[in-house]
Amino acid sequence: MLLDLRTVTKTYPGTEAPVLRAVSFSVAAGDRLALTGESGSGKSTLLHLIGGLDTADSGVVAIEGSDLTPMHDAGRAALRRGTVGVIFQQFNLIPSLTVAANIAFQARLAGRHDPDRARALALRLGLGDHLHKYPEQLSGGQQQRVAIARTLAPRPKLVLADEPTGNLDEATADRVMDLMCELVAETGAGLIMATHSERLAGRMMRRLHLRSGQLA
Amino acid sequence: MTWAILTALIGHWRRNPVQLFTLLAGLALGTALWSGVQAINAEARASYDAAAATLGEARYAQITSRSGEPIAQATYIALLRAGWVVSPVVEGKLGPVRLVGIDPLTAPAGVGPLPQGRGGDLAAFLSARGQIFARAATLGTLPATGADLVAAPQVAPNTALADIGLVQRLLHRPDQIDRLLVAPDQPLTRRPLAEIAPDLTLTEASEANDVAKLTDSFHLNLTAFGLLSFAVGLFIVHGAIGLAFEQRRPMMRTLRALGVPLGRLIALVGLELAGLALLAGALGVALGYVVAASLLPDVAATLRGLYGAEVSGELALRPAWWLSGLAMALGGTAVAAGGALWSLARMPLLASGQPRAWAMARRQRGQAVLAVALMALAGGLALWGHGLLIGFVMLGALLIGGALALPPLLALGLRWGAARARGPLAQWFWADTQQQLPGLSLALMALLLAMAANVGVSTMVSSFRMTFTAFLDQRLASELYVTASDEAQARAVTDLVAGRVRAVLPILSIDRTIAGLPARVYGARDDATYRDNWRFLRAAPDVWDRLARGEGVLINEQLYRRAHLDLGANVTVAPGLALPVLGIYGDYGNPEGQVVLTEALFRKLFPTVSALRFGLRLDPAKTGALRAELHDKAGLPDSATVDQAAIKALSLGIFERTFAVTTALNILTLAVAGFAMMMSLLTLAVLRLPQLAPVWALGLTRARLALLELVRAVVLAALTGALALPLGLALAWALLSVVNVEAFGWLLPMYLFPLEYLRLGGLALLAAALAAAWPAWRLSRLPPTQLLGVFRNER
Ligand SMILES: Nc1ncnc2c1ncn2[C@@H]1O[C@H](COP(=O)(O)OP(=O)(O)OP(=O)(O)O)[C@@H](O)[C@H]1O
Ligand SMILES: [Mg+2]
Repeated sequence: MLLDLRTVTKTYPGTEAPVLRAVSFSVAAGDRLALTGESGSGKSTLLHLIGGLDTADSGVVAIEGSDLTPMHDAGRAALRRGTVGVIFQQFNLIPSLTVAANIAFQARLAGRHDPDRARALALRLGLGDHLHKYPEQLSGGQQQRVAIARTLAPRPKLVLADEPTGNLDEATADRVMDLMCELVAETGAGLIMATHSERLAGRMMRRLHLRSGQLA
Repeated sequence: MTWAILTALIGHWRRNPVQLFTLLAGLALGTALWSGVQAINAEARASYDAAAATLGEARYAQITSRSGEPIAQATYIALLRAGWVVSPVVEGKLGPVRLVGIDPLTAPAGVGPLPQGRGGDLAAFLSARGQIFARAATLGTLPATGADLVAAPQVAPNTALADIGLVQRLLHRPDQIDRLLVAPDQPLTRRPLAEIAPDLTLTEASEANDVAKLTDSFHLNLTAFGLLSFAVGLFIVHGAIGLAFEQRRPMMRTLRALGVPLGRLIALVGLELAGLALLAGALGVALGYVVAASLLPDVAATLRGLYGAEVSGELALRPAWWLSGLAMALGGTAVAAGGALWSLARMPLLASGQPRAWAMARRQRGQAVLAVALMALAGGLALWGHGLLIGFVMLGALLIGGALALPPLLALGLRWGAARARGPLAQWFWADTQQQLPGLSLALMALLLAMAANVGVSTMVSSFRMTFTAFLDQRLASELYVTASDEAQARAVTDLVAGRVRAVLPILSIDRTIAGLPARVYGARDDATYRDNWRFLRAAPDVWDRLARGEGVLINEQLYRRAHLDLGANVTVAPGLALPVLGIYGDYGNPEGQVVLTEALFRKLFPTVSALRFGLRLDPAKTGALRAELHDKAGLPDSATVDQAAIKALSLGIFERTFAVTTALNILTLAVAGFAMMMSLLTLAVLRLPQLAPVWALGLTRARLALLELVRAVVLAALTGALALPLGLALAWALLSVVNVEAFGWLLPMYLFPLEYLRLGGLALLAAALAAAWPAWRLSRLPPTQLLGVFRNER
């Protein structure tokens, strides 16, 4: 199994109620599922735990069989470099690097940089004219497309997307989503996408709904 | 509304205490450095002024006897009868204290411890028991005399004042007077001095103040350092204010968006900053006081040893320097805030991070142009300028130009590094460093100036020391120096040492006016001592042989520069005798011109002058025995023989002290610059999260990021150090070859001290690493939720 969650619980320090309560589910390679729930229900928190960006209080978050919770910083960082790719709603890019360098960055960190693939991805995502610009010179939709290209360049096994099109208009969001799903499908990776949009959620293979910290 | 805005402004500090601390500490440290150096300067100057004022040495002309003998009471009375308005002074040592006796009835106004208009004290001052006035510390060291002791802070350190009658009695010198103070207004009908007392001479007021002239050399050193510390402080203050504005940019924008009028906002921010500046300035002045007080005992020791000037070892709170400290804090804040308020006024209401980067780039270009212009100005002044003021303008242009040139040059260096970076991490590292540069550039400028000041001042002081010790070796070539009290004793000395020493070198001298300037003419025996040890700045061929044949003279550098007497120029040494200059020698620490003739010619020209001082050449191991014998057989007091080794040891000891002070100040400046860098890094750490969070999310540990932050600080410090070295050397050159020549008339050769610079560079790197250590540690401990917050919140 690509991803296995068993009774995962998370409470933010300084708060009373847990944000996640005994959440369990699994994701197989090639699975594409939507994560829905109203604002504050814990979608982002869940994705952060899976991406090794934060740690669960109890339970197991296992990727390809190895549990992230007891891992050190370094182990989780290695995971983020190669196995799991994360796309946030905004501010994904490194402001000091050009678009081209941003796209290549993660693949090079993972030691899997393939210039041809990076170039092909950039062209597929319509970024051919922007490779030498800096992130601050791009529109929001363009920035998100750069983030997608960068995440997919090292061929991660699991892609986590947290409202990747939340800041975009409907038409643009649809185009970006289509591209992302297509590219993820090509690499055979798993995809978990948090979204508020019923329309986008409907295009996924499965759907998980969070309500006050539990799967409904 | 005003209150609501103020609450918002102040609320920011309450939520970000570290930022408030860095702002206050930056302001306070800048002020402390400046006011510390100023305090030392002010205190030393005030001590001279006190000395000059109490003794009337600077302000009044004086009459002394040519022979150095005391003036008889009868001569004084004869002068009074002839219409002269003069007042007698007698002085001597009472225990360790210099005791000065004055006549309060005839002394010119302002001389003496008694303030005008408090006539009641006069009776006590003149009473049979008498009163002795001195500082409290001095009174403690006076032997018991039976007179009343009165504490008087306005009297010079280690000096006591009393009525002349009392002093004559205490010193067992009845009816003797050492010198006469001449009142500025004299009746025109008085008879000329030469008629009444031909053995007395009149010294004009300005020439009497030698102490100040000599110590100015040391003060120039300190003043230059004060200028540097001012610049360092200004940059630190500027950096602190700039960061405070940058941090509050989003809040200001929100306030404006909520409808706060711009004028009101600017006024309130200005008010807030003025309050903070006053608070920090007061802290800084207090800190500067502590610094100065801990350094001052050494400064006082240095001046006393070097020039025989008395400086109070304790520090008084002088308005001049604490006011200047506060003014520095307020002025620096105003200058720094001016630019920030201006950009606040033009800030667009809607947030958009984009234009900032371009604005930075444009500003950098402007800075580069200004830097080049200032450097060109400094170069032009160095080539064609004259005068002390021009020298200082040149120093200023050099410093500011150098500081402004730093960011563009660093950007160039970083671009070079980026072009050579291979791995993705390295590329990101260089690119990110480039982007961080604007936020750090003020702290780096402060570091640059601190390092340049270090290099410059230590080069200057070390060069001074090397030159001076070489000069001592040259001028104090004889192993033993003997001073006889009269000609009979001089003969006894020469008879006694004949055959027991390798050479006897009589020191013959007479004061003359040469080329319109006061100068001293020496007669030197033709001896190997001079040929072996003296080094010339310029000399004609066969200079010693020709000097021995009486075909010319040697002059010192001061005379060469002031009277424009180059090699071959004719010098009139006696009426009707002009001789060409054969050689010019360096003569450091001496304000007057000198001319050296060969002994034979000197004796022919000035037959009345006989030698009372002698240099003796002998085996250094035997000087002790010879001294004892001179004491026993020729009746010479110990004070009349001077061991050359002892003089040299003393002089070197004095330089070590000067060194200790400059080194302490140097390290202090460096530490303050390092601290400023740490504060900038700390404040930037918050602003930098959006840069770091994506890299972290992509799979870099916080520890790794923290290590990179540390490396970045060291790389920036190393690049800054590489630029500080040439700037510091240029500074040293300007101090030694321009300012010193204009101020004192001698050019100090410049020596280089590569090991010293290496050590300084190492210290600067260490300071940078230490400065980055805390922010880096905090980063390595940063909770992931804070990094994640970057992706959640609007910036
Ligand atoms: N750093 C934090 N400290 C304390 N509480 C937090 C922190 N981050 C999130 N929370 C709380 O945890 C809960 C879940 O937040 P989360 O961001 O996971 O929700 P979400 O489902 O992603 O919401 P949205 O759809 O608005 O993005 C919220 O109630 C939020 O207030
Ligand atoms: Mg969310």
